[in-house]
Amino acid sequence: MKSKQSFILTILLVGLIISCILAIMIGPVFIHPAVVVKIWLHKLLGGLIQPDWTAIQETIVVDIRTPRVILSMLVGMGLAISGTAMQGLFRNPMAEPYVLGMSAGAACGASLAIVLGIGKIFGVFSIPAMAFIGATITIFVVYNIAKTDGKVPTETLLLSGIAVGFFLYAVVSFLKLIAPDAVLRNVVLWLMGSFAMAGWTDVKLVILPILCGIVIIYFLCRELNILQFGEETALHLGIEVETVKRILLVFSALITAVCVSVSGIIGFVGLVIPHIIRFIIGPGHHILLPASALAGGIFLILCDILAKTVSQPVELPIGIITAGIGAPYFVYLLRRRKKAISWW
Amino acid sequence: MLQTKNISASYRETVVLEEVSFQVEEGEFLGIIGPNGAGKTTLLKIMTGVKSPLTGEVMLDGKDMRSLSRKQIAQIMAVVPQSSFIPPLFTVEDVVMMGRYPHQRSRFTITKEDNEVVKDVIQKIGITLFGSRFINELSGGERQEVIIARALAQKPKVLMLDEPTASLDIKHQMKILGLVKMLVKEDGITAIMVIHDLNLAARFCQRLILLHNCKIHSHGKPEDVLTSQNLKEVYEVDAEVNYNTSIDSLQIVVKE
Repeated sequence: MKSKQSFILTILLVGLIISCILAIMIGPVFIHPAVVVKIWLHKLLGGLIQPDWTAIQETIVVDIRTPRVILSMLVGMGLAISGTAMQGLFRNPMAEPYVLGMSAGAACGASLAIVLGIGKIFGVFSIPAMAFIGATITIFVVYNIAKTDGKVPTETLLLSGIAVGFFLYAVVSFLKLIAPDAVLRNVVLWLMGSFAMAGWTDVKLVILPILCGIVIIYFLCRELNILQFGEETALHLGIEVETVKRILLVFSALITAVCVSVSGIIGFVGLVIPHIIRFIIGPGHHILLPASALAGGIFLILCDILAKTVSQPVELPIGIITAGIGAPYFVYLLRRRKKAISWW
Repeated sequence: MLQTKNISASYRETVVLEEVSFQVEEGEFLGIIGPNGAGKTTLLKIMTGVKSPLTGEVMLDGKDMRSLSRKQIAQIMAVVPQSSFIPPLFTVEDVVMMGRYPHQRSRFTITKEDNEVVKDVIQKIGITLFGSRFINELSGGERQEVIIARALAQKPKVLMLDEPTASLDIKHQMKILGLVKMLVKEDGITAIMVIHDLNLAARFCQRLILLHNCKIHSHGKPEDVLTSQNLKEVYEVDAEVNYNTSIDSLQIVVKE
């Protein structure tokens, strides 16, 4: 069991590195993988390697494609981890930031910042800060709507997530309506989700909150395992269930918000990835969380490669690709549940 | 070991428990019986700290339950729920190890003591054979044994059982209750069990509490509580209570 798990983690890690290299090779200008690796080593080791590549190649690799691949990796990891945490917490394969309305809340907050300029006090952080405020308020509103007699039944939670999500999308639509034309195009493109404009500034903005969120959620892996037996059992085994729930919700909201603020709405990553990984390696969160993170990173990097290549020279928004893969998977889950051979 | 003082409880407007007070001594096996809706489940929820009473208090090992954290409670008391939801693909050892949670200080490592306790408990319950099997592949009776093993891994002083035999066949009913009786006798554990089956209650519990209309109707040794008259008053049935020498216990036969 142990060796199988480390084997899978190793495979995923290698897969992640390969997809990073692939993502940097592929684009309007093809760059040989050896050149990619050499430029990376050159940058990392501070000039030990004699440059035999052009300055344009270096610019493309270092300033354009590397931040983009790092950003899509971080967002993929973040969304997969918060999906894993949500599914574990609510013991429901349908739970994920997008379905629970968190993404909509983040989008709403960020749209308010872009269109109306709300949240200027946060300076350059106004969009992510407003997205975080939006996502956190949303998840607590959703949570409290669903709460009856001190408990949060999963079905009610999902329904209230969908209802609140609808409302927030209506607000976003309204903002689009009143936005000046110049801003409108930005909002629309950003909402569909894209890494096309990714730069090092974005990476610097998201890396700390996403990694912090991942580490804190990982700290709760034992609680997540026990929670699979239901909240009452978790209480009996000594877990402060409400506290654990709040921590998981806040940090999932943080991760989601940060992801949304740099890349728009990318749905279904948090749904598909944890589910497949759980199917392969089992329900223990010690291994499920890191494996989901790695797989989420790989998945979004590959989706981003598709986004930039499928309809060249125009880029597809990556949200369209993840939804194109994720929505059918969601339907498949529903069908399977009906046949009562559900995972849960 | 566990004491309730004037417990009252209600769900919204409906009163479900009224002024319930009793005490359970260390190393005692207490059964809580009563018809549906008498308040048994609510009482158990209050004693395990899942629900707070409207008035009154629960003392656990001499301390007011409200002053204890969930972890502190779990170090003293383990609960075997009525029908625990069983998620797939956890091995029996994984599940029993979860019982060590309230004693674990480190978030990631497992101590030698944890491993020893889990090994001992698995041996004691007699489930060594399926230690590495997935819990969702086991039969209902075997699962119940695993859940009891998980409870014992908590090293509890008090063991709460909610209808532990409800969905089991006769063989497993006897096995599970025999196990609890042995734990009470050999390890001095205090066991409190909610149970519907009066014959099993009479046979395994040292003391019984009969709940009726949200109150304690009668309280004492099985032969004092399980009388034809009490059964008539509480369950509205005509029952014959005999002493069966071959099993050395009371036997209740409902006539009508």
